[in-house]
Amino acid sequence: MQIYLPIAELPVNVLLILFMGLAVGFISGMFGIGGGFLMTPLLIFIGIAPAVAVASVASHVAASSFSGAISYWRRRALDPSLALMLLIAGMIGTTSGVWVFTYLRSLGQLDLTISLSYLILLSVVGGMMMTESVRAILRARGGRPSEIRRPGSHMWIHGLPLKMRFKVSKIYVSVIPIWVIGFFIGFIGAVMGIGGGFLLVPALIYLIRVPTGVVIGTSQVLTLVTMAYATIVHAATNHLVDALLALLLMMGGVIGAQFGARAGQRFSGEQLRLLLGMLVLSVGLRFAYDLVVTPPDLFTMRTVEETQ
Amino acid sequence: MSAGAKAALGAALLLAATPACAERLISALSTSRVLIASNFTGADVVLFGSVERDAQTVARRGGYDIVVTVTGPRENVVTFRKQRVAAIWVNADSRTFVRVPSYLTVLANRTINEIADVNTLRRTQTGLARTLLPQEISGDIADSIRDDPFRQAFLRLKVDQNLYREQQNGVTFLAPALFRAAIPIPDNAPTGSYEVDVKLFADGVLLARTQTALEVVKVGFEQFVASAARDHGLFYGLATAMMAFLTGWFASVVFRKD
Repeated sequence: MQIYLPIAELPVNVLLILFMGLAVGFISGMFGIGGGFLMTPLLIFIGIAPAVAVASVASHVAASSFSGAISYWRRRALDPSLALMLLIAGMIGTTSGVWVFTYLRSLGQLDLTISLSYLILLSVVGGMMMTESVRAILRARGGRPSEIRRPGSHMWIHGLPLKMRFKVSKIYVSVIPIWVIGFFIGFIGAVMGIGGGFLLVPALIYLIRVPTGVVIGTSQVLTLVTMAYATIVHAATNHLVDALLALLLMMGGVIGAQFGARAGQRFSGEQLRLLLGMLVLSVGLRFAYDLVVTPPDLFTMRTVEETQ
Repeated sequence: MSAGAKAALGAALLLAATPACAERLISALSTSRVLIASNFTGADVVLFGSVERDAQTVARRGGYDIVVTVTGPRENVVTFRKQRVAAIWVNADSRTFVRVPSYLTVLANRTINEIADVNTLRRTQTGLARTLLPQEISGDIADSIRDDPFRQAFLRLKVDQNLYREQQNGVTFLAPALFRAAIPIPDNAPTGSYEVDVKLFADGVLLARTQTALEVVKVGFEQFVASAARDHGLFYGLATAMMAFLTGWFASVVFRKD
């Protein structure tokens, strides 16, 4: 069943797009990530122009994370005050990220910068998550209690001023590291075109010690606001958001996210982190493969804006 | 005198040397508008043509040859070449092709190289390999030599995308002076105006030429979405974001268990 996409300007198979939305939505609901770093390469692979793919995926991610955030909200598995603090800094980060993005593009090495950032970030974060979670699982098997909350083991981060009590997360920490994380996620998101959930989740767990159950819902709130913002900015400036493609992706995505969120509840925090770590690392390795292996065609081409 | 002017003068002299206006070309398209609706998966536009002769024209020994060239809207394209730098492949060199056809189809009734000699073909830009593809080279805009790797890569990539095509048997003669050609419009064809150029050759000489045009346009829902995205970007973006929230909310209501 083929349907012609008005902005991407090519016909696609409706069922294929719905299925892709469903699969990525499932993963996004399960881990509380946007899934943009999976969906964008998939769309490019089926022939959609990268710029259209990036712009349209933003709205799909917004829909998936909204649906996910509502489920977590119903279960009181998100922290609104923590989300608000992250959002404030995230917006500033996004705005400066867009500025750096424009600057890098003017230098002409944006593609390489993005590929390398993906490779380094995904491999490092994925590898760290995997080793940590494997250790935690082994510790739990060995009968020793897991060290999720150890009151005595405060890091230097917990000694910073401007402390605030986050009731849902049951933590009392300085807002400075939260602002730094929010800014960094917003910045990275704008430069790399991703929601940044896969970075935010481990950062909140390991640095701020937010309980795993609350982290995912909170991360989805940040993702949904930044991606909705990105959709509007992309539509207003580049006119590249394909609403039909976005709708098809969303319809699959929100359903997938619901099942994903439910499936996520069956796993322990360590298992979820291990699975997400494996996923993130494999996408990182995929980028490494593309950069290192001799490409079948050394030439690529890209239509550019009419200069006159 | 510039090379272009020389070529133009040469062409004019050559045209003057042949019996002027002995043959006339008449052509018609099955449709002048290709409509892109939701179910568009490509289309064929059929071109019919006939060679009109006046009474005193002698019959051509070798028969007639027809070359149909269809040129889509022009665009600027950057072609990159990857190079290994410290174990990773990066886009090292790039060339910008300036105002080149986004779509180009050349249809002929037999092998183009047999229709006329190389100079005639080059002068009349007949065939993919002899179409001007100007590149921007250090500020100047010029076409490169035919075996330039960037030019060859550009042609290869365009052919792979079904946007460039050369078909040696694309024109069929139904009668000695009546021909037919099917112009394929692929599903990824850009919208805009397409020039259709029909050339009549006989015994290696260009006898007549006629031009017509066709348009590829979006209609209905496709057109509505495309023009909304272009003309009212902010509202379009807000509407898409609202659509995302509604879809997300709807799913969470539908799947609510408690």
